[in-house]
Amino acid sequence: MAEITARDAFVDPIFNNNPIALQVLGICSALAVTTKLSTALVMAVAVTVVTGFSNLTVSILRKGIPSSIRIIVQLTVIASLVIVTDQILQAFVYSTAKELSVFVGLIITNCIVMGRADAFAMQNKPWVSFVDGIGNGLGYSTILIIVAFFRELIGSGSLFGYTILKPVTQGGWYVPNGLMLLAPAAFFLIGSFIWILRTYWKPAQIEEEFHVGALLELGNEGHLR
Amino acid sequence: MEHYLSLATKAIFVENMALAFFLGMCSLIAVSKKVETAIGLGFAVIFVLGICTPLNQILITVLLKPGSLAWAGLPDVDLGFLSFLTLIGTIAAVVQIVEMAIDRFSPELYNALGIFLPLIAVNCAILGASLFMQERDYTLPEAAVFGLGSGIGWALAIVALAAIREKLRYNNVPPALRGLPITFITVGLMSVAFMAFAGIQL
Repeated sequence: MAEITARDAFVDPIFNNNPIALQVLGICSALAVTTKLSTALVMAVAVTVVTGFSNLTVSILRKGIPSSIRIIVQLTVIASLVIVTDQILQAFVYSTAKELSVFVGLIITNCIVMGRADAFAMQNKPWVSFVDGIGNGLGYSTILIIVAFFRELIGSGSLFGYTILKPVTQGGWYVPNGLMLLAPAAFFLIGSFIWILRTYWKPAQIEEEFHVGALLELGNEGHLR
Repeated sequence: MEHYLSLATKAIFVENMALAFFLGMCSLIAVSKKVETAIGLGFAVIFVLGICTPLNQILITVLLKPGSLAWAGLPDVDLGFLSFLTLIGTIAAVVQIVEMAIDRFSPELYNALGIFLPLIAVNCAILGASLFMQERDYTLPEAAVFGLGSGIGWALAIVALAAIREKLRYNNVPPALRGLPITFITVGLMSVAFMAFAGIQL
């Protein structure tokens, strides 16, 4: 494998190979914390830091980890980093940490962190791995913040808690769309986001086999339904 | 008894792990192409959740709660900060043991579930259930009911999604929406359907 430069490792996951939109990793926690921009931002920073440092640590340890127990070793490294992050969040931004509740702990099972540690950090040098981790964290952050922006703006008419569109309940004109604050809206937003991305920017990502397979099956069955 | 029944109903329908809390999304989307595999993974998740959640409850009460080490002569020690590490360690270990036990005692079941078991160690739903259990201070029987209920709810969601996706293949979806994006939108619609349960007071 050709040597990956630090610059590529950093820029690629943000734009060309975004972990959420194109690799379909880490959506678990991404959706639950995006009703407000402030929680999304804290979550984004936490994940970026954890991904970066877990990649760094795993990469330093990579020659000493037997491949049969690597998952447990990686989990331990990640869990320790998440504990540190959780303690820092509780110390400095207590109210946001309370709102994030279990989702800080769930960074441990975030597929991006595990995925990058296993797929990238196990094969690459510490510095490149660290940069790759930060890059992937930022790619994740981008989507998180875009989704949170729309959900908070449309759902409660504010950004970072400051009122932008004055809701009717406070004497303004804007009727907040409560659906945006509920679970389904996040699915719709991410689905549409990937749709737009694939239409205008990354047509190569379109999953063709999906429909071709259906046609073959139709041919075998000889009728439509 | 009624309390446990309502707790189970709540875990299965009202607060469905996958559709209300987005937990276990990665495997929900990746393994829902066929109903058969979805059923396999669903049962594996029920199994592991049913074991892990009560086990973690015991560990938390015996080892991690403030003052719980009094039996060892250390009443002032609070190991609460180790909870994440303990929970994920237990889950990884249980998954490994379950995998070996199934392999030893029921090779057919192992063939059916085997490939999914490693996936489960990093399934957010398993860790999520333990974390919710810790946050809500469930007792041991409550934790067992909650674990099983969340597992059943998650399995229900993945089987339903797989069934919809199998039907979806006969439709002419716009090219850019095919595969992942339409799956997200389907999950969103399922989530809307499950919101109907949210009004139920238990």
